[in-house]
Amino acid sequence: MRQTEGKPQAEGIHDIIRSLQHLEGPLLPILHAIQTAYDHIPEAALPLIGDALNLTRAEVHGVISFYHDFRTTPAGRHVVRLCRAEACQAVGANGVAASVLGTLGIDWHGTTGDGRITVEPVYCLGLCACGPAAMVNGKVIGRTDAARIGRELEGLT
Amino acid sequence: MSRPLIKVYVPLDSAARALGADDVADAILREAEARDLSIELIRTGTRGMIWLEPLVEVDRGKGRIAYGPVTPDSVPAIFDGSADPLGPVEAIPFFARQTRLTFARCGVIDPLSLPDYETHGGLIGLRRALTMTPEAMVEEVKTSGLRGRGGAGFPTGIKWDTVRLTEADRKYIVCNADEGDSGTFADRMIMEGDPFCLIEGMIIAGLATGATRGFVYIRSEYPDAIAIMDRAIRIARETGLLGLDILGSGQTFEMEIRIGAGAYVCGEETSLLNSLEGKRGVVRAKPPLPALKGVFGKPTVVNNVISLATVPVIFEKGAAHYADFGLGRSRGTMPIQIAGNVAHGGLFETAFGMPLGDLVNDIGGGTASDRPVKAVQVGGPLGAYFAPHQFDTPFGYEDFDAEGGLIGHAGIVVFDDSADMLSMARFAMEFCAVESCGKCTPCRIGAVRGVETIDRIAAGDRSAPALLTDLCDTMRDGSLCALGGFTPYPVMSALRLFPDDFGLTTEAAE
Ligand SMILES: Cc1cc2nc3c(=O)[nH]c(=O)nc-3n(C[C@H](O)[C@H](O)[C@H](O)COP(=O)(O)O)c2cc1C
Ligand code: SF4
Ligand code: FES
Repeated sequence: MRQTEGKPQAEGIHDIIRSLQHLEGPLLPILHAIQTAYDHIPEAALPLIGDALNLTRAEVHGVISFYHDFRTTPAGRHVVRLCRAEACQAVGANGVAASVLGTLGIDWHGTTGDGRITVEPVYCLGLCACGPAAMVNGKVIGRTDAARIGRELEGLT
Repeated sequence: MSRPLIKVYVPLDSAARALGADDVADAILREAEARDLSIELIRTGTRGMIWLEPLVEVDRGKGRIAYGPVTPDSVPAIFDGSADPLGPVEAIPFFARQTRLTFARCGVIDPLSLPDYETHGGLIGLRRALTMTPEAMVEEVKTSGLRGRGGAGFPTGIKWDTVRLTEADRKYIVCNADEGDSGTFADRMIMEGDPFCLIEGMIIAGLATGATRGFVYIRSEYPDAIAIMDRAIRIARETGLLGLDILGSGQTFEMEIRIGAGAYVCGEETSLLNSLEGKRGVVRAKPPLPALKGVFGKPTVVNNVISLATVPVIFEKGAAHYADFGLGRSRGTMPIQIAGNVAHGGLFETAFGMPLGDLVNDIGGGTASDRPVKAVQVGGPLGAYFAPHQFDTPFGYEDFDAEGGLIGHAGIVVFDDSADMLSMARFAMEFCAVESCGKCTPCRIGAVRGVETIDRIAAGDRSAPALLTDLCDTMRDGSLCALGGFTPYPVMSALRLFPDDFGLTTEAAE
C-alpha cells in the first residue's frame, strides 16, 4: 500500500489528497490513506489538507483528534490490539491484557522503549463468540492468551 | 477414470480465521496434492456455529458433510474417512432449530460469486421490486412489519416513506455498518458471507425512496468485511447490478464504502452522518430527522445492515411470509448473537418470541466454563443485565422494554458466577466516558463521575449508591443520545440485581 515510498513526504501527501479530493466528504478517506502510507498523520499534512478542502488547520486537527484511529505520532513497528469489551471480559480478557501489558512493561497505548511494540485497546472486533479476541499486525486471533500473543510476536524485530 | 470432484468448503469469516481457518485451508490443499486428489476448495461465510469453527464441509457427491472444529493436524483423518463427522449442517440441533431468512445463504455460498447468489434465491426480490411502484415497495416493507435492527426498532417502512415523500434533487441510502456493540457480529457475518444480499437490499431501498446513491459506513475494526464488500460492489458494478441501468431497467443506483475511525458513537445515526461528511462525529440534535435532512443536507435513509439485508427476502418471499413469524409487534426473525462465556456461541436466527433462558441454556448450552450463569447482558454496552430469574422474558422489543432492558442489535453476552458486577458497572461508565462525543454535560462529565462514584462504592462509602442512582437519573434524562442516556441501564441493573457485588445487602439496594 505504500505507493508513496521514496517520494518527499509533502509530495506523497499531495498525491493522496489529489486522488481522493473528488469524493463526497473526502476528509476521512484522505486521513485514512495518509495514515496507511505514513503510519500516522504527519503535522505537515494539516495545512495541505486544509488548503485543499478549504478548512482551517484547527478544523482538520479537530477531526483527527476526535477519532481513536488517527495518530499524530508513529506507533511501534508492531501493533497489538486487545479487545477490552464485555464479551471478551466474560472470558478473561482483563487477565490477558494485564499479563501482556505487564510483560512488555507498558500501559494501554504505550510503546515499548525499543519502538518495537504498541498495545492498543479495542472495543470489540466482532469475535465475541471466540474471545478473548486480539489483532496482531492486522491478523485476527480468537481465544487468545498472553502466551499466544507472545508467540505471534516472537521473531518480529 | 476420473473420480467425482470433491468439493471442500472452508469459511473465510474472520471468526473462523481467528480460530485458524486459513491454516486448515492450506493443510487441505497440501493433503489433496499429496494424495493426488483433485478437489475444489471453496471459501464461504460461516454457518454461525462459532464453537465448531473452523467448520469444514466436504461434498463427495452425496451432499455436504460437516467436520469441526478442524485443525491442520486433523485434516488427514478427514481424507482417510476416519474423522468423526458432525453430519449435514442442517441436522446439527443448533442449526436445525433456526429459521434462516436473512442468513439463508450465509456459509452456504461463495460470497463473491454472483451466479452462486442467484442460484440460491438472490436477485429475485430485486427483480420483483423493479416491477412495482415506489409506493407499493414501501407498502411491502410496512406490511412485513420489519423494524430497524440497529437498536431503536423504528419501523423501516415508515422511515422509507418519509424519504420517498420528500422532494429533493438527490437522496441517499446510508447503511450503518458501525456495529460497535460488544457481543454482536451479525453485520460482520453477513457482509463477509453474503455481501450481495446487502447490496440488493440497498438497491431496493433506493428504488423505493428515489435515492440514487448509497454509502456503507463500515467500522475500521472489520478489515475483512471491508475488503469483501469492496470486491462485491466492484463485481456488482461490472455486471450492471449497480450503475446507470440496474439489470437493464433504466433505473440508477451507485454505492461506495466508507470506513469509520474507531469511534463507537459514530454508530449513532446523526454522528455517522457527520463522520461521512468529514466532520467530528458529534451527535446532531433531532429534528431535523435524517429522513428529511440527512447526509449533505439531503433526505437520507439510515438503516442498519441487517434491516437492509432482510429486504431482499421480504421481496422474494412476500411481506406476509415474513410477517408470519414473530410475536406481537416484533415481526419476522432476528439473528441473535450468543457470545461471551457460553458453550455454544454463535449466530442463531429465529422468530421473535423465544424465551431468553432457552437461548442461553438450551441453544447456548450454558457457560463455557461449566459454572453457573450469573448474568447476561443483552443489547450491547447500553443494554441492561439480566439475572436468571428473568430468563422467561420472550425475545421481543416490547417484552424486553417491560423488563427494563432492550434487545438492541440482539447480542447476548453470558457471564458465569466469577463475574464481578461492580466492575462491569464501572466498565460501562468508563466506556461511556471514553466514547462520549462531548456534546452534553450529563454524558461527558457524568460518566467520569460515575466511574469515581463506583470506586467510592468499592471503597465502602455508604452514601455513594444513592449518589450513583441520582447520577444515572441525570444522565438518563439529560443526555441527547442513547450513549449517555442508556449507560444507566447496565449500571443500574447491575446494582439492582447484584447488590452483594456492591457490598450492599439486598435491602440497602432497594
Ligand atoms: C451510541 C449509539 C451507537 C449506535 N450504534 C449503532 C450501530 O453500530 N449500528 C446501527 O445500525 N445502529 C446503531 N445505533 C442506532 C442508530 O442511531 C440508528 O437508530 C440505526 O442505524 C437506524 O437503523 P435501523 O432503523 O435500521 O435500525 C446506535 C445508536 C447510538 C445512540
Ligand atoms: S449523550 Fe453523550 S454521546 Fe450522546 S450526544 Fe450527548 S455527549 Fe454525545
Ligand atoms: S467483545 Fe471482544 S470481540 Fe466483541
